[in-house]
Formats: sequence, structure tokens, C-alpha cells
Amino acid sequence: MNVTSAANAPERPAQPLDQPRLDLAVIAEMVAPGARVLDVGCGDGALLKLLAQKKGVDGRGVELSQRGVNECVAKGLSVIQGDADTDLSDYPDDGFDYVILSQTLQATRRPRAALANMLRIGRRAIISFPNFGYWRVRAQLAFSGRMPVTGRLDYHWHDTPNIHLCTIRDFVEIVDELGAHIERGVAFDRAGAPIRFSAPWWVWNFFGEQAVFLLERGDRRR
Amino acid sequence: MSEARPACSEGFTPKTVVFQPDRPLLTDGGGRIAPLAVAYETYGALNAARSNAILLCHALTGDQYAAGVNPVTGKTGWWEAMVGPGKPFDTNRYFLICSNVVGGCMGTTGPASINPTTGKPYGVDFPVVTIRDMVRAQAMLIDHLGVETLFCVAGGSMGGMQVLQWAASYPERVFSAMPIATAAKHSAQNIAFHEVGRQAVMADPDWRSGRYQEQGVRPEKGLAVARMSAHITYLSEAALQRKFGRKLQDRSAPTFSFDADFQVENYLRYQGLAFVERFDANSYLFVTRACDYFDLAADYGGSLAMAFKDTKTRFCVVSFTSDWLYPTSDSRAIVHALNAGGASVSFVEIESDKGHDAFLLHEPMFIATTRGFLDSAADARGLAPDGTSK
Repeated sequence: MNVTSAANAPERPAQPLDQPRLDLAVIAEMVAPGARVLDVGCGDGALLKLLAQKKGVDGRGVELSQRGVNECVAKGLSVIQGDADTDLSDYPDDGFDYVILSQTLQATRRPRAALANMLRIGRRAIISFPNFGYWRVRAQLAFSGRMPVTGRLDYHWHDTPNIHLCTIRDFVEIVDELGAHIERGVAFDRAGAPIRFSAPWWVWNFFGEQAVFLLERGDRRR
Repeated sequence: MSEARPACSEGFTPKTVVFQPDRPLLTDGGGRIAPLAVAYETYGALNAARSNAILLCHALTGDQYAAGVNPVTGKTGWWEAMVGPGKPFDTNRYFLICSNVVGGCMGTTGPASINPTTGKPYGVDFPVVTIRDMVRAQAMLIDHLGVETLFCVAGGSMGGMQVLQWAASYPERVFSAMPIATAAKHSAQNIAFHEVGRQAVMADPDWRSGRYQEQGVRPEKGLAVARMSAHITYLSEAALQRKFGRKLQDRSAPTFSFDADFQVENYLRYQGLAFVERFDANSYLFVTRACDYFDLAADYGGSLAMAFKDTKTRFCVVSFTSDWLYPTSDSRAIVHALNAGGASVSFVEIESDKGHDAFLLHEPMFIATTRGFLDSAADARGLAPDGTSK
């Protein structure tokens, strides 16, 4: 497992954190200006709007909820109602520069297929997800003996949309399996501060409450 | 080109352009329509850059009067909810064009027009036209109006088919497109309903093999029945139930006869009668046939994505949850093809229990969607709120 390529992660996001969700600002910082971006699970379009304003990107979105889609289109964003699990296969190869999946990976039925599709549709993929290896999560399960409920995982076991939770370590492993490279990676603690980039991976996995990874398609596609 | 009297209407003079025989409309079916009159209406003003024109495409039995008062029916235009100052199709900002389709009966050449080779009405000798033929005639009209690129082409149902055909036939002339409550091909069920309507018309003894005009009669009963059956397909069970249920009309008990005991029967009879006042039976045959023949993918080797390959047009596809005539799955097929072609596409399924007709009614989410889409497209096009070009 190799996360050293994540060492060039910024200490602080370059953009001011004027967004309620930390990962969105970090993602926006990772996207090159003017890029073609597909945001999968785009919600109310906050990220697409941010990307359009700050980076001048040509953005498209896919969103499962009708309410989210309607809000996006009323904002003038190009968004379609669709499901990350079933509809990504409709998109042609290399249709976008970046495919983004923010806080949605854990809610997909087939995360590996979703990731593979993302790296097929775009040369680069950006994924943010809650880290199930975070120490508070571990502690809740270990000491209370109950399924963890935290700020990033604020659902009870019986009503959660999150069906495929993973740790940073798990994620890095599946990226390796897919033959992709981690171009950059950032993990944040509960306060939203990035973990020191010099820290070893287990520190990330233990102290990171959520993570954002920028992947690049590798030559070893499977 | 010259101004001419409308072909089959009485007592009103629409704006009409007539293309003389040196500019015939050659149809997909191998026909030739010349001269060709195209009746149209416009709303708002074309800006100096000629960049703010929107073409509105009417549905099966619609006409060029999208807004304002229809001079024939005396009622408001079919898209009154959407077209006007401050409305999504803002007449302060855009120059709206709406023409009566070829084969229609509101001033555009159709089966009721005089066939120049016989001196008599075409009747069923009129060339069978397609959606693409309708779009060709519209293209001739916008050329005549001096509009090179349309800011948007929008329409629902059969109008939506025209929107798709426009985007496929003239991608460089369509900046944005709104196909609403429509499909890229007419389904077997849709064709079946249309066939019921046509058979009703042709079964009327007054149809006279389509030569009723010359014989001074009209197949009103057949056309009214056609309209009644079609009208049911435009509504939803929920809307019918809410509006009528099993309520009786002007009586407290059933009469045990075939009178219109139920309110819904009375409603349909009224719809049928009102329709024959304003529509020509042969036109009904031709426009329904045009829809039936529509299969956009078939023109592109069976691949709908190829119809939109490398398109720069911005699309907004809209469907309605209770529309069973053109269900959401039809719209999804369009969206998938646009995605595969790399198009900029939005897709919204509006929750409504009003059925297919929802696009003609006051649906707040539909209005918000249209406004959002047009506003952002106008920004991209550099159109100021007053319609001037920035």
C-alpha cells in the first residue's frame, strides 16, 4: 500500500472555507480551471455552483433525489436524475476530465464498479468519504458495543443509506486493485484540520474523520 | 413569397408567408408541396443581434396562438401559463415564433388547402408528412424571418418531437432545446390510440373518402369521437377521479339509458364538440400519422446517440410522473442518448397528477425549471434581461 503520493496534499485548502461542507472546498481546489466535470450525487448542486464560479468548469451532475435535481435545474445547472449504480454505464469513455463522488461512495450498492466507471468516464476521479477507521468510530464499536453514530455518520444502523462503509486503508487498497494512482489525498480530523502530511498512513486512518482523494487512471486498468 | 389568405379558416387572417413553387417543400414520403403557406404568430421583438429568437412547437391539435387570444376559439393561447411578460418564455426578453405545422388547418398548407394541380382541396391526396417535414417548413419560416440561430426550440408532446428533430437536423442553428413530455419514437400504444382516432373519422359516413369539403359536409361525429378517446390519454386516472369521480350530471339517479348520466361523459362530449369547431378531420389524420412515423433513431442507423453526436446544444428534458402517454421512460431514453453523445443535458421529472396535459397547465415546478434553464442559457448566450445582446 502506498500513500506517499498523498504527501503533496495542501496543509490548508487554497480557497476560503465559505462552504458549509469542508470536503467541497477541498474538492474544488483539486479541480483544474475550465475542466469538464461530472458530479455524481450532486445533491442541490452546491459543488457544481462552486466549481462554476471559482474554476469556470463545464459541470454536469447526476442526482438520485428529485428534489435535488429540481433545485439544480432551477439554478441553471445541467443535472439529470439518475443512479450512480446503474446510470454511469450510459456515459462514454473519457467524456469528462474529472468525475466526482462526494460523500456518496458509501451509499452505492457496488462501490468498486462505481469507482471503475468513474475512472473510465474521466481520467481523474475525486472521491470524498467518511473514514470508518476514525478512532471515535472504532471506540464506539469497541467500548459501547454499538454501531457508531458520529457527525459524519449521523444515522442509526437501521435507517442509514450508508451500506458500504470503508476505512482509508480499505480505500487505498481498492484504488490499488483498480490500477489507479492516488495523485493527492487529504484526511481531516473532527475540527476540519488536515492531518499532517508527514504522518504515516495509520495516523490518517486513525485520526481522519473524513478523506478526499484525487485519483488518476493508471495503465493497469482491469 | 407573398401574403395569402388562410387555407381553411374563416373570418380571420393569420400572419402567413407563402413559398412559391420555385421553393417547394419536398417531403420524406416523396411528395412535393408547392406553393407552401406557413401561418405563424410572433411575440416580443427580435434584438439587433438576432440572437433572442425562440421557436415554440405546438402539440398535435395546437396552433400558432401560443399566447394572447386565439382569434378562432376566443380562448387564451395554449401556453398562456408559460408565455408572456415576466413568464419563463419572457416576451420582454425573447422573440417568440410559433407556426402552424404543415398538414395543419390554421392557415398553413394542409389537406384542406387547394391542390394547385386539380383546383380542388387536397383531401387525402395531400402528401403524408413527417415531423421532419414540419421542421423543414419551420426552418423555411425562420429563414424568412431572418433568424439564423434559434436561442431555443421548445415544445411538448408532438412539439417535443419537433424539438428533437430540430436539434438533430440543424444542431448549429439550435442553441438550446426543451423537449417536454415527449419521445424519440412513437410507441405501439401511441400508434394504437391514434389509429382508433383515425378509424373513428373514417367510419363517419360524412367523411366521404376524405372528399367531404367538396360535398359540403363534415365528419363531425367521427372527429368528436377521435377527440374524446385522445382526450382520455392526455389526462390521468387521478385527475379524472378528482375532477369527476362517478358524479352524475344534472340528476340524482341514473336514467338507465345511454344519456350522459355521468359528468365525465358530459365533459368528454363537450370536448369532442368544441374540437370539431376548430379542427379539420383530414388534418387530424395527417398530424397523427406524422407522429406515428416518428422514430428519430431510425434515421441514424438505429442509434439515438448518433442523432445528437457532438452537439453543442444545451438540452433540458422534462417529463411528468402521471403522463402515461409519453412516460418518463421515454424521456430517459432521450437523456441516455444525449449523455452518450456528450451533450449538456438536464433532466427533470416533475411530480404531477395531471397526466400528459400537465405541460400546458400551471405547474409551479415546471415553471421554475423552465425559468432556471432559460435564464442560465440566456446568460451563456449573452442575453440581457431586456433581450439586448451583451
